[in-house]
Amino acid sequence: MGTINISKKYTAREKAYLPAILIGMKITLKRFIEGFLFRKSFTIMYPEQKRTYSDRFRGMHFITVDPTKTENCTACFLCETICPADCIHIVADEREEENNPYGVKKEKKPVSFDIDALRCCFCGFCEEACPKDAIKLSGNYELAVSSREEAIYDLDHLKRNMNGRQEKI
Amino acid sequence: MFDLSMMMAKIVVILVGTLGVVPVMVWFERRGAAWMQGRIGPNRVGPFGLMQPLADVIKFIFKETFTPRGANKFYYLMAPIIALIAPLCALAVIPFGSKAFVNGHEVILQVAQMDTGVLFILAFAGLEVYPVILAGWASRNKYTVLGALRGSSQIVSYEISMGLALLSMLVVYGSFNPHDMVSWQQGSLGFIPRWGAFVNPIGALIFWISIFAETNRLPFDLAEGESELVAGYHLEYGGMKFAAFFMAEYVAMIMASALISTLYFGGYGILPGMEFAINLISNFFAFGEVGMQNTKAVFEFISLASKIAVFMFLFVWVRWTLPRFRFDQLMDLGWKILFPIALINLVVVTIGVYYFNS
Repeated sequence: MGTINISKKYTAREKAYLPAILIGMKITLKRFIEGFLFRKSFTIMYPEQKRTYSDRFRGMHFITVDPTKTENCTACFLCETICPADCIHIVADEREEENNPYGVKKEKKPVSFDIDALRCCFCGFCEEACPKDAIKLSGNYELAVSSREEAIYDLDHLKRNMNGRQEKI
Repeated sequence: MFDLSMMMAKIVVILVGTLGVVPVMVWFERRGAAWMQGRIGPNRVGPFGLMQPLADVIKFIFKETFTPRGANKFYYLMAPIIALIAPLCALAVIPFGSKAFVNGHEVILQVAQMDTGVLFILAFAGLEVYPVILAGWASRNKYTVLGALRGSSQIVSYEISMGLALLSMLVVYGSFNPHDMVSWQQGSLGFIPRWGAFVNPIGALIFWISIFAETNRLPFDLAEGESELVAGYHLEYGGMKFAAFFMAEYVAMIMASALISTLYFGGYGILPGMEFAINLISNFFAFGEVGMQNTKAVFEFISLASKIAVFMFLFVWVRWTLPRFRFDQLMDLGWKILFPIALINLVVVTIGVYYFNS
């Protein structure tokens, strides 16, 4: 193993430097004309115009609900167990018979289901662990909040109306 | 009284013209950069974002006036003032027209008529080192001192090749007076105008490269290399004091563009084809000699302004094309390439002038 010498001898044209400058300036002039005359740009005017990510994007969490607006979660604690960031906190309880349209299918319910988004690393393990497909990560990437308390998503927030994986507007 | 009022009028024209162009240039710099990079740029404030500099100024005014602890307050406040005044003073000697007639009096369109005009410009262009050094040293910060060191050594070394390129032109014109230079460039060399840049192209190129270094613009803005020096010599400045530095950069650009137009590109000499327009307007309104001269003065001002505009565009264009030089490369270019070429060019031009004149 010797040293690999990656330096090279420059040709006279490269040493003169001016031809390379002219080529570069030709490119920027082309871009300038494209932008100035033909209004070509790759900018997304963000607040008005939003970028859509693919369905595999992992954004703000939500919990799926059935047609009677009952959450699919059965408080099995699998997500809380697998969570590497310890950000899910569930308090479980028994579900009342009358609120349980499917008989024995949803015997347990979460009394509170808190996700601390400030701790969350958006790995998506909770989604994979969930046997009921209840907890999911949406395509919503606007997670900014004005206080730390707002970053803790409670059950009401997680059960919000969704359109597939996208937020319902 | 008449002389005084005319002098005031000329000063106002220069000041308003220069300082009025600065916000437009700031806007164009940002918008042009965006266009070159496939972005849109500031477009929220006013039509096409033209009010953006105004919004910036309002923000600057309401910022806290802050002096860092341990700073030398006198020199700290002095630096942005010198930065702004030096290029404005140099602009006083640049003629923006031959002459006009006001109330039957002849008025020479230049603020300060000096036979040694170019030396005056060089002196004040040289003063641009001082704000860099003062700002860097007085704000008591390691990064600003490093920026000042780099900036001052860069400006001093490029001043030599700039001076030599200028000297080769002085040999050709045989005068220090900008008016004489412009009138020398009035003729034509066959189908091209007899501009200094066509007589002495190497000198023009060296001068053009040097003014980038003189005005601290990319690719030579080592004094404010963001990646290694945070912001360079004006790191500790905020609010209007920073705005003064920012404006000074653009005023220096305008001064440098006006200087290179006067020395190498015919100055206020009317652009080819404009003579036709002057004759047309004069004949249409049946102007006498006075009216004709005044019309010509207007067109001369337009010619100089358009030449300056071209060089301002070149400043922006080059800035968003080339990456910054490394410091040793910068010094190599200045001392090992530009300086010898400028020296040889001076000798060649001197021999040529001697040959042609005898």
